[in-house]
Amino acid sequence: MISNLQRENLPSGMSLKRRDEIYGYLFIAPQMIGFLLFVLGPLIAVFVFSFQDRNLLLGQITFAGIDNYQAMFKDALFTKTLQNSLIFTAGLVPLNVLGGLFIALLLSGNLRGMIFFRAIFFLPVITSAAAWAIVWRFLLQSESGVNTFLQAVGIDGPNWLQEPNWAMVSVIVTRALKGVGINMIIFLAAIKNIPQDYQEAARVDGATGWQVFRRITMPLLAPAVFLVTVLTIIGALKVFDTIFLMTNGGPSNGTMVLVYYIYYQGFQFFETGYASALSVVLFLVMFILTLIQWQLRRRFVFDEQE
Amino acid sequence: MNKNSLHSGSSARWQMPFISNRRLFALLKYFFLILVSIPFIFPFWWMFTTSLKPISDVFGQLTLLPETWLFSNYIEVFQFQPFALHYFNSVYIAVLVTVLTLIMSALAGYGFARIRFRGNSLFFVMLLTSLMMPIEVTIIPNFYLIQSLGWTDTHLPLIIPSVLGPQGIVATFMMRQFFLSFPDELEDAARIDGLGRFGILWRIALPLARPILGTVAILTFLGSWNSFLEPLIYLSNQNLFTIPLSLRSYTDSYGYPLWNIQLAATVLSVVPMLIVFIVAQRQIVNSFARSGLKG
Repeated sequence: MISNLQRENLPSGMSLKRRDEIYGYLFIAPQMIGFLLFVLGPLIAVFVFSFQDRNLLLGQITFAGIDNYQAMFKDALFTKTLQNSLIFTAGLVPLNVLGGLFIALLLSGNLRGMIFFRAIFFLPVITSAAAWAIVWRFLLQSESGVNTFLQAVGIDGPNWLQEPNWAMVSVIVTRALKGVGINMIIFLAAIKNIPQDYQEAARVDGATGWQVFRRITMPLLAPAVFLVTVLTIIGALKVFDTIFLMTNGGPSNGTMVLVYYIYYQGFQFFETGYASALSVVLFLVMFILTLIQWQLRRRFVFDEQE
Repeated sequence: MNKNSLHSGSSARWQMPFISNRRLFALLKYFFLILVSIPFIFPFWWMFTTSLKPISDVFGQLTLLPETWLFSNYIEVFQFQPFALHYFNSVYIAVLVTVLTLIMSALAGYGFARIRFRGNSLFFVMLLTSLMMPIEVTIIPNFYLIQSLGWTDTHLPLIIPSVLGPQGIVATFMMRQFFLSFPDELEDAARIDGLGRFGILWRIALPLARPILGTVAILTFLGSWNSFLEPLIYLSNQNLFTIPLSLRSYTDSYGYPLWNIQLAATVLSVVPMLIVFIVAQRQIVNSFARSGLKG
């Protein structure tokens, strides 16, 4: 078909443009179909489903109005889930952002062995979340790695994964260790982008190392810190595999977070209508966070630059 | 914090006789680095040594090396369940997803960046909206979709939605960014030489896009290799399992984990990645640095 078009219109100037347009549509067609099928369609569907009473096994579907949303307000486990997601995020973000910044600052400035240490902190990033969670679940058993380590320095460690609060601490730290390497990399790139002249000029003017850091390095890193913070919050709200493999949301729902609750309602209780309403909540939170992220990205253009 | 000792003579007074401030600062840095490294290295060491212990020795001792080296754990990994098959599944799915994503995202990225057609920017903005939507949001309707397509308990839902869904769109976005910076003169010259769009893409654009193709390949492969939620909900036939699902199946009849064998399987799943990482560290690290997008 295309070659026909080509032959028909070859002499005229329009033909080239026309042919090009067709190539354009052809090139993007698979992605656009995928977008309609796997992104836009399901997104509309999740809103529709959230107003329905649905059951995955029984298959009956009835219009339910805002029942699912009303049920959320009465659902104590949902309240608990939101609290847990908030605690998880509030715990993970400082560890991951400040930890990543701290490590990046330690590694900056032509440190000998930098590549070696960078590799160490990056190892968990390329290790699958499943493997990482399984290893830490083992290390956090009452008589296992972490506690034998603590015992050596005279501390009696708790049974980490069996007590709700310690279980939350455990999944936060496990996840933080897994992801801090990515933040470190972003911060290292941001530090490298700071023109050396600024710091040198300040030193010539007699600024101390701390003053240079406080007045020049830090303000120039601020946009990167904000961007990484938002990315880490988004990542924290999506957490699933670590919790599924380490605690199954337990003990006593102590680590039940939003995505896990969607899975739990949708695929263990087959309440897909209610799970869809929960998904809408997740969507709205993500939507707001992403808008913030884009605003920040405009100011701190990281991957778009040459 | 006196990095400036070289620049300002006044701080010389504060230096200790043998160790300069600069040295001391560096030593302090190394001290912290080694301290912070412990929770990053320690799990790998513990995983490896435990995978060689008999189950009775797994808990309650702080030893650097196992007392008895039980290599048979590694044989049991394969006897307990079809681990080799799961391994194969993970590898072939990840490779297929990577190759298809490279093709689709290169085509679409090139189309959006270099070809003028009606609706170009409108379509692109539409695609962009999916960047704000993690797959977890639509997992319920997607399950219904996969079910109605008859794809449950096949590998298709791990392949097609990855290539054409949100992850593929992220790849398209990255490819587009790259092709936008592509010089017009090269394309014009190629057209004069009689190359069509496919010819330009294949012979001119793609060879120059090697760095970004590498980045997309690395991130896509790891994304597929690590994916957990989708296999969990779409697969129930044990022969179709991928590694992340396989790892959690090492339990005895009471559901209690067979720690040493489970960790042996984990070692086998982790080691190839570590080797690749050691060989291509710079490329892999740069890939992650380039994609501030990945949440």
